[in-house]
Amino acid sequence: MSHPTSERAHTEWMVTPVGAGPMTRRVVLGIVAILTLLFLIAPLALIFSSALSQGIGTFFNSLTEPGTQHAIFLTVVTALIAVPINIVFGLAAAWTVTKFTFPGRTLLISLIELPYSISPIVAGVAYIFVYGSQGLFGPLIEAMGIKVMFALPAIVLASMFVTAPFVARELIPLMQVQGTDEEEAAVTLGASGFATFLRVTLPNVRWAVLYGAILCNARVMGEFGAVSVVSGNIRGQTTTLPLQIELLYQDYNVAGAFAAATVLTAVALLTIVIKVLLERLSPDHAQAPARPPGH
Amino acid sequence: MRRSVIPGFGLSFGITLFYLGAIVLLPLCALILKASDVGLAQLWTILSSPRTLSAIRVTVTMALAATAFNAIYGLLLAWVLARYEFPGKRVLDALVDVPFALPTAVAGLALTALFSKKGWLGAPLDALGIQVAYAPLGIAIAMAFTSIPFVVRTVQPVIEDLGSDVEEAGRSLGANDLQILWRVIFPAIFPAFLAGCSLSFARSLGEFGAVIFIAGNQPMKTEIVALLTYIRLEEYNYQAAAAIAVAMLAMAFAMLIVTNAVQAWNLRYLGRGDA
Repeated sequence: MSHPTSERAHTEWMVTPVGAGPMTRRVVLGIVAILTLLFLIAPLALIFSSALSQGIGTFFNSLTEPGTQHAIFLTVVTALIAVPINIVFGLAAAWTVTKFTFPGRTLLISLIELPYSISPIVAGVAYIFVYGSQGLFGPLIEAMGIKVMFALPAIVLASMFVTAPFVARELIPLMQVQGTDEEEAAVTLGASGFATFLRVTLPNVRWAVLYGAILCNARVMGEFGAVSVVSGNIRGQTTTLPLQIELLYQDYNVAGAFAAATVLTAVALLTIVIKVLLERLSPDHAQAPARPPGH
Repeated sequence: MRRSVIPGFGLSFGITLFYLGAIVLLPLCALILKASDVGLAQLWTILSSPRTLSAIRVTVTMALAATAFNAIYGLLLAWVLARYEFPGKRVLDALVDVPFALPTAVAGLALTALFSKKGWLGAPLDALGIQVAYAPLGIAIAMAFTSIPFVVRTVQPVIEDLGSDVEEAGRSLGANDLQILWRVIFPAIFPAFLAGCSLSFARSLGEFGAVIFIAGNQPMKTEIVALLTYIRLEEYNYQAAAAIAVAMLAMAFAMLIVTNAVQAWNLRYLGRGDA
């Protein structure tokens, strides 16, 4: 996330700023470079080097192994369901809290951000007590013959829990800054609510929606804790890609685990690249007020 | 509600409330309901059992260690990104996002291999007699990795916005670099720094994926609270799972209140700075 440098920072320095001396600069940059190399770059390099350590052939064999193929398929399906629903929710939530004032508005914003603060394990356990055989609705839905727990629905639901704030949180600060003038003008000129949304609001926030969606997608594809609890980890059936990595690792198939990990690492790196591109593309996004980062 | 000419409140409010209710609030209520069934006496017995207490101690200690590391490294990263120009700055800025973008299971797998006795970093550390993987230190490393962006991204914008005027004023009053750093710059970034650290600590308390790969997960030694919850669930001990999960939820709420208080202070501080 690159932050816009404020006007004041551009003013000419009359004296040497603190830390700008050649010696201090060299020492601080050196420490950061070493720590970053050991702590952030080494893990990334290790993933690719371990995956390819037994040759490119083994790497592709690991990726085309049926278990891993199914895990990739399941992960993509989960993302294809969870991310679009999350976009609709994010747009609705942001529209509600930024275009209207009503009692309980602040509470609603806190509720939207709540999943950020909750451990994925707690989210997973909580779902067991709703749809599990011990849960609130467990017996009822079992009687109806619907399978939620330890199946795709639970995986999607748990993913939607942990990513609930992702799109909304990108949109709310931006739409807050944009205000309601343009929408009010459109409505006054006779546009319907839906037309106003589609032709006035959406074009204004399209980059932020995309930005939120790719972050949401990365998290859905990579979610481990919550999905691990609700999926039941049934081999070849409910193992998403992160769970498959753990399974392979426990089977002492380290090369296979790293091969599967490269797929998710590629998704993560691609996410960062798109994020950087979007930040350059959309100055309006950068103008949203500074806020603490999410998970 | 203020009368607005913009339509669509009912629909958007409805969708928002339905999603939050069905996806977020319903499971949390079910969890609290289940835990209240357990009863206070039983809840206390579960939470004060040696194994639970040990898990809590390990989790909190290692989260503190991770936060301490992130406080220093995060502050340096934020400083470098905000104040220096150097080749590769954009890459470094993007690298800070890696821990958030990388799935925790992948991070756990990579860190375990990196710090195992035969790993790139584990081998030299082992020669020094320091064990990281399958030891408490590994837990701290995994927690630090997954939460480092919090400190950087909270502090970085505040350092960028520091005006040159206060530093120049300090300088003209005869202060040296260290005095300006300690008396002028640090107080200005302290609220944001504290906010970043509390976010990092809160995240570390709940981290699961990255930790379980590297921890070794020995009961009473390297078992974290989140894993104990998971184990109780697998043993079909729903009472204990609910009790520990509710304790984690309570801990998360407490951290949320602390973080919000710090952030409110941070925003007030920034507001005053701009006035």
